[in-house]
Amino acid sequence: MSAKQKFIGRSVPRLEDRALLLGQGRFAADISFPGQWHMRVVRSNIAYGKLGPIDASAALKLPGVHAVWTHTDVAHVPAIPFRLTGLKTLEPYQQPVLAKGVVRYVGEPVAVIFADNAYLAEDAADLIELSIEPLQATMLAAAQPGAFAPDLSTEPSILQKAYGDVDAAFRNAHAVVALELSVGRHSGVPMETRGAIARYDETRDILELHGAAKVPHWNRDTIAQMLGRKKESVQLYEGHVGGGFGIRGEIYPEDVLVCVAALKFRRAVKWIEDRREHLIAANHSREQHHRVRAAIDAQGHILGIEDEFFHDNGAYMRTHAATVPDLAAAMLPGPYRVPAYRAIGHIRLTNKTPCGTYRAPGRYESTFVRERLMDAIAAEVGVDTVEVRRRNLINKSAMPYTLGLDTLGTKIVYDSGDYLLLLDKALKAARWDELQDQLRKRRRNGEKVGAGVAIFVEKSGLGPFDTVHVEVKDDGMVEAVTGVASIGQGVETVIAQICADTLGVDYTKVRVIHGQTDRISRGMGAFASRVTVMCGEATRLAATKLRDKALKAAAELMQTNAAALDIVNGEIVRAGGPGPSMPLAELARTLPGGLSAEDTFESTHMVYPYGVHVAAVRVDADTGNVTIERYVIAYDIGKAVNPKLVEGQIAGGLAQGVGGALFEEFRYDDTGEPLSVTFADYLMPTAREVPDISILISEDAPSPLNSLGLKGAGEGGANPVGAALASAIDDALQRPGAVIQLPVTPQRLKAMLHQSR
Amino acid sequence: MNSKSNITLTINGRDHSIAVEARRTLVDAIREDCGQTGTHIGCEHGVCGACTVIVDGLPVRSCLMFATQAAGKKIRTVEGLANGDKLHPMQQAFMDHHGLQCGFCTPGFLMLAVGVLEQDPDISDDELLDVLSSNLCRCTGYQNIIKAVKAAAKDMRKG
Repeated sequence: MSAKQKFIGRSVPRLEDRALLLGQGRFAADISFPGQWHMRVVRSNIAYGKLGPIDASAALKLPGVHAVWTHTDVAHVPAIPFRLTGLKTLEPYQQPVLAKGVVRYVGEPVAVIFADNAYLAEDAADLIELSIEPLQATMLAAAQPGAFAPDLSTEPSILQKAYGDVDAAFRNAHAVVALELSVGRHSGVPMETRGAIARYDETRDILELHGAAKVPHWNRDTIAQMLGRKKESVQLYEGHVGGGFGIRGEIYPEDVLVCVAALKFRRAVKWIEDRREHLIAANHSREQHHRVRAAIDAQGHILGIEDEFFHDNGAYMRTHAATVPDLAAAMLPGPYRVPAYRAIGHIRLTNKTPCGTYRAPGRYESTFVRERLMDAIAAEVGVDTVEVRRRNLINKSAMPYTLGLDTLGTKIVYDSGDYLLLLDKALKAARWDELQDQLRKRRRNGEKVGAGVAIFVEKSGLGPFDTVHVEVKDDGMVEAVTGVASIGQGVETVIAQICADTLGVDYTKVRVIHGQTDRISRGMGAFASRVTVMCGEATRLAATKLRDKALKAAAELMQTNAAALDIVNGEIVRAGGPGPSMPLAELARTLPGGLSAEDTFESTHMVYPYGVHVAAVRVDADTGNVTIERYVIAYDIGKAVNPKLVEGQIAGGLAQGVGGALFEEFRYDDTGEPLSVTFADYLMPTAREVPDISILISEDAPSPLNSLGLKGAGEGGANPVGAALASAIDDALQRPGAVIQLPVTPQRLKAMLHQSR
Repeated sequence: MNSKSNITLTINGRDHSIAVEARRTLVDAIREDCGQTGTHIGCEHGVCGACTVIVDGLPVRSCLMFATQAAGKKIRTVEGLANGDKLHPMQQAFMDHHGLQCGFCTPGFLMLAVGVLEQDPDISDDELLDVLSSNLCRCTGYQNIIKAVKAAAKDMRKG
């Protein structure tokens, strides 16, 4: 009999909170080394142009300015390689760490300055004279592709994903529904801007990079390779991270530049991004234009879907390469039976900030497209928007469901799910029928109010592995060392809960070490809602091993057999009765090799949580404002380790989803000048705009792919928000299909209202 | 432009004698010159509120104030909220209500809420929402922050 479960499934307080509440966090800007130099990046102010000579003479005359680098100083450093979905054809489009001969977006690093302090470095940046001969910028991804270079098109690749006989489906269709839809350019925009501090330790011959996040091991290996060093001689250190959301922690030019400079100057070099830089230099995301068609029968059953889309990746292919359009294409079918499917994704480059992933990458976009399509099918057939979904949802009996598509190197197999059940639960929680009556009455009284539903399948728990090393330390703490990372989501608490339950200790006695490449040789980091699933299971495996070892060793000392012993609250005791006991730490001290264990969880398949969002909105015809009056989220994640933290993930995701649906947009003028460069013009939701929501965490479909049944919870709050709000706005306007573009800003909504008059 | 003047910043009751350029922002002086890194910089243009501190009793965005303007004034930062090991009711409420995730915006929200509630302990819910909408958080979706502040307001009125 193992120790009684005490922590998994409970909303215990977070281990992370105290230091953060006391102002004792260690974020990137909080890290300094004696004698450090500050790096300032000089960025292109032209969207596309030939880069001429750079005159740094005035800057170099400022006392305290030590060096100015341009591309020639870093010509030996290769472009930044791909981390995921790295198609060979995309490689010529990788970003150099400093612009080489041509600039391709406003914000592109063209030079760097090293100075005694940040103010001085910025003064010097103002004195750098760039000569850039402007060229005609490409701003529209859906237009005809042009030339990236003499022999390279701005369309580096066309993705194709398909199964079934799509042409036959359309030939035999009762009707065809076609839509043209756009999702705006927005991104994660964490509250902490990026930062990187590099130093070289001569005595150990180690290059240290502080301020790491998300994927420290990958970045360690890659930076080592780029700089021609052994990976053991490069170490990354993750401190506190002020939000990740997909964009933070990828390798950017600045990360590489501080490393090169630390090696060259034998000085600590610190770079902290300012907000304007962040908004034009860190990854953007989401911008896609879809032309989608569905073949349906007379009852609105889907016979086939065809989607051709244009993915605007900005000026270069960064670390994510084709990840976002690949996921958009692969996840578009979602929770419905789609007998035949074809997606053609045009990866296009424009003269805007390069793109990467953002929470629910590709899915925020394709869920919007698919759910708009479902609403359009409902209108075509003349049934309500809920009924059309019911008719098409994949049945529980079909699980596990092989979709027939691949993504991220895995075959998509929905591991478990009861989509109809969750839809019913969500509608019940939203009091849907009653809500419909109320909305009808209010509309009769002249109010523009409406409701919408969106259903989606998420993916999480990407492998291929995670390793955890668990050790009982002399101070009585249990240390769990992992190669995952924390981006603020509560990793330490959740991993401690799983370790504590498995081993038989209090969760506050578990110290979780993450994001330190010198503490564990490999690790996969934190992305794709993978940490709780992959690291959670690895933790359970390692802690089980440790427990077995401890009981075996204790049995010898206590002259009994292991089966007669248990570990309760950190003490080895006789199972089910009184008798002698021994603290784990004391046992560890008696063993020559101490008490530790390591294990690895490997998985070749992702796990697939699923959810339903229900939104009710009021549209103000005078201002174009959308007020969210009710919002219900039902999300099945198999097993919630800490329900309060899961709710936190969902609520936070929703806020970001609302931002992308109603407010946030990186806008550009025709010449490629960015127009959203401050928080006064890139509008993120505040406490006024984000509604209080009802969250229903459901555990009807545990994953069969890990022992606790876990599925990740990080992205379901954001995924279908654009889709659900679009449906609700259509309903409020009583114009099915009115919303064809996100975000639905007040200006756009007023224009729509004007058209409808 | 680069000449420095000597000023004293009084942070959480402790004097820091520093030399700063006229253009040095209060937040940079607090963080870099006085070593109090609990106050964070989120935007440097006064929108996000991550750098909120209390100056002479009122919440202030320390990225929009020069250090020299704060000389001789009483500055309170997140490091001064707890009483020894005991968290301030506002800190405790944020923990109890899961009002933080990454924790980067948290010091700004704590100082904003404490500053406002000390001035106006009986602030209405709607006014409070207006106040809280002046800071940005990217993780929580705000509802837990609002719950935490309301709970702390009750505690602060009692205590």
